[in-house]
Amino acid sequence: MSDPFLQVRDLKVHFPVRTGGVLVGQYTPLKAVDGVTFDLNPGETLGVVGESGCGKSTLGRAVLQLIGATDGFVSWLGTDLTSLNKKELIAARENLQIVFQDPLASLDPRMTAGDIIDEPLRNYRPTLTKADRRKMVEEMMERVGLLPRMINRYPHEFSGGQCQRIGIARAMILRPKLVICDEPVSALDVSIQAQVVNLLMDLQRDFGLALLFISHDLAIVRHISHRVLVLYLGKVMELADKSALYATPRHPYTQALLSAVPIPDPTKERNKDRILLTGDLPSPLNPPSGCVFRTRCPRATSVCAETAPVLESAGEGQEVACHHWRD
Amino acid sequence: MSDAHMSEGRSGANLSVPNADALDKAADVEGRSLWQDAFRRLQTNRAAMVSAIVLIVMAFVCFVGPVLVPWSYEEIDWDILEAAPPNFDTGHYLGTDSLGRDLLARILQGGQVSFLVGILATSVALVVGVTVGATAGFMGGRVDQILMRFVDVMYAVPLMFFIIILMVVFGRNFYLMFLAIGFVEWLTMSRIVRGQTLTLKNKEFIEAARASGGSTAGIIARHIIPNVLGVVIVYVTLTIPQVILLESFLSFLGLGVQPPMTSWGALIAEGAQEMEITPRTLILPAVCLSTTLFCFNFLGDGLRDALDPKDR
Amino acid sequence: MTSVLEIENLSVSFTTPDGDVEAVTDVSLSVGAGECLGLVGESGSGKSQTFMAAMGLLAENGTASGHIRLDGIDLLSADEKKLNTVRGDRIAMIFQDPMTSLTPHMKVGRQLAEVIIEHQGVDKETGRRRALDMLDRVHIPEAERRLDMYPHELSGGLRQRVMIAMALMCEPEVIIADEPTTALDVTVQAQILDLLMEVKVNLGAAIVLITHDLGVIAGLADRVAVMYAGRIVEQGSVADTFASPVHPYTQGLLACTPRLDVETEALETISGQPPNLQSLPTGCSFHPRCPHVFERCQAERPLLERTPSGQSKACFFNAAEAAE
Repeated sequence: MSDPFLQVRDLKVHFPVRTGGVLVGQYTPLKAVDGVTFDLNPGETLGVVGESGCGKSTLGRAVLQLIGATDGFVSWLGTDLTSLNKKELIAARENLQIVFQDPLASLDPRMTAGDIIDEPLRNYRPTLTKADRRKMVEEMMERVGLLPRMINRYPHEFSGGQCQRIGIARAMILRPKLVICDEPVSALDVSIQAQVVNLLMDLQRDFGLALLFISHDLAIVRHISHRVLVLYLGKVMELADKSALYATPRHPYTQALLSAVPIPDPTKERNKDRILLTGDLPSPLNPPSGCVFRTRCPRATSVCAETAPVLESAGEGQEVACHHWRD
Repeated sequence: MSDAHMSEGRSGANLSVPNADALDKAADVEGRSLWQDAFRRLQTNRAAMVSAIVLIVMAFVCFVGPVLVPWSYEEIDWDILEAAPPNFDTGHYLGTDSLGRDLLARILQGGQVSFLVGILATSVALVVGVTVGATAGFMGGRVDQILMRFVDVMYAVPLMFFIIILMVVFGRNFYLMFLAIGFVEWLTMSRIVRGQTLTLKNKEFIEAARASGGSTAGIIARHIIPNVLGVVIVYVTLTIPQVILLESFLSFLGLGVQPPMTSWGALIAEGAQEMEITPRTLILPAVCLSTTLFCFNFLGDGLRDALDPKDR
Repeated sequence: MTSVLEIENLSVSFTTPDGDVEAVTDVSLSVGAGECLGLVGESGSGKSQTFMAAMGLLAENGTASGHIRLDGIDLLSADEKKLNTVRGDRIAMIFQDPMTSLTPHMKVGRQLAEVIIEHQGVDKETGRRRALDMLDRVHIPEAERRLDMYPHELSGGLRQRVMIAMALMCEPEVIIADEPTTALDVTVQAQILDLLMEVKVNLGAAIVLITHDLGVIAGLADRVAVMYAGRIVEQGSVADTFASPVHPYTQGLLACTPRLDVETEALETISGQPPNLQSLPTGCSFHPRCPHVFERCQAERPLLERTPSGQSKACFFNAAEAAE
């Protein structure tokens, strides 16, 4: 490939959090994303999984520069997004869109479905006439499975699944090259989740989109992704092709995650070996030394507390950050 | 065609029996906005609707009435020169005050002043409060700090002192009073708007607007303002009676409107001096004032109930 | 098995400014001692409201009709005083969000102790000791120290353990767990599910597990009831229901759940939108989304009936007949 599509290199997003001090604040950096590196190819879906607080949503927003990066860079078609000014960034976002988790909260309650989907067109295609734009909006509504006659309805008159379709239509109307999906189905009912996942996969195939699919649901990620990135406390634990990750997870955290997902099959669910992790996620304000996962890791040894493991190859298309993955 | 394609209502379209989807086919061409929803809910609130009607009628009577009343508010009936009971022959339908001025004309004129003060002073509060609040909330950081500390300082200034000093320095000017009251009332408004803006700023749809390529000014105009409006309207309807009451209080103290002009507060003050002899001069303006305040509060409550449910 | 909690023809409706809404219609269920009943359904299916009614915790605008019997006591007709002696003592509830269901300004130990002080009249000292025991039993590390903590100082997983401890304080006969793991991360969810399994085995209480997650049901429940638009559409043993669901909705639900254990090419879907309770379709509520719909479904409402396989379903469609 000649031009790199999306390259994220050692991306860090730290938020200053006030931790003490009465008059003069004392700030500690909350390392939401801490040195994440990955590539994304055109037409590919990269799944990002992890538990709440692992920084997966922050990562998605940092790729779009909706949240500024503290360090590292996001290279989009060869340009570093982190170095752009406000105007250039707005121009670059034409090809970068996002679909949000909460379908209703991501739509302005005072605007009609038509106006919401139309908004990117207003901003990026000022030369189009109103009639042209309306036609495009109606076509897009049809494409995402909404009836164009609902164009004048307001978000609260739609069901959750339909609202998410509006959000998807808004993200797709400019025909972007990359769409960040931030937990797009986790707020939806099971029967609607499948509809929306299928829609996203359809659109990806038709428009040649690349997707960054952020989710905590490993089963859905398995279904939609080509490659999967596992995050824990802002760091990459494992990055692997889907087949490799689900067949032979190398990182103890990935293994625990996979074994924890309940399977809707009573015989399998009751007889499977679960790797139970003890305890909870440590505070990201005060992450453990060395490997961040060591406090809950069944294989942790003294070396884990001393040095942080780096991502190393663990077979074809599989990288893992663990001192003990060979054990 | 995929399954996702087939969804959204079309699934039942091949059935001959009318289903829920076909039934609302006619209705859904035009959506119902939150405003329309709120208005519909308001209409079902009888107290609020009655209050609104009463207020409209009272305002109309106050502004149009004086044309029809035979006496003007400042004219002294030299034949009487004392508080006389209602008399249809002389045209004093509600009698006169202690100086022989027509009470009805004076109540109507007082109403004009009270309504004007309420609306104008609230407008001042609205414009200043929304501007300051939205700016502070959306810009955040230092701008927010400076503006809000200023508001805090203003809160600490005793209101009555402030107004009395203004009146003493600049003289008792009718319009100055609007400004003075307005400048005091905007404080709360700005805090409310700032709070609303802060919550809105973190909503996903604002982030979505940024991802859709919106500029800061565009986002404030298209997304922030329409969404704070609901709360602002409720607060406005609750501020108007406060302002009216404040004006009445000032007039009662003798700091309000200049005679021969009057307001309900001033009329009550005058009436209070003679309430043993002619209780009518106290009761009538008092009833008007109370009714107005009552109605505004009812309307404000109704609006809050009507606008709130979807916001929560 | 004798049933501990019996629900008979329960209907729950809510008065809203936009008209009355019936959230639960004609639901009959029962749970026996030591049994775990799973109740599955999507949002708005009425699965939570069914048991909120049993706990007397319906919102102010809600009314319930029918019978809910706990060991002969009709909870629906019981007055508040009677209900208070039963609630927390013989029937307890575990909520989805432990943060909002624990009192924020009271120490964990005191909240736990109060349950037992109220119902069994023990003194403070005993209350605290029992609270400590209970925290140990739900495997809360450093239980002694946690007693003097406020809920917000605990992590989500620990808070849910505290909730479970609170529900267990009086060793109730019935425990209702309403989406107990939905707010938790998968690894923590696994811990809590293990704990619930332990409770089920050790305590012999009847457990009602309300969830939208079929995987959770598969792991824990003995019997399962599937709700759609306020009605039970299918009921049966967990083994039967997951192996051969009889109602088209259950079939669809199982088919459209992405699974970790099998690679799927394209996900099956249930077409259409979830039902709007304010304007339910005529006949069977599921008919606009059903792949097997025929005329009768639109005109008539199917009742819950036993199938030859021993399961129950509310559906006119018969796969065997259709095959002929």
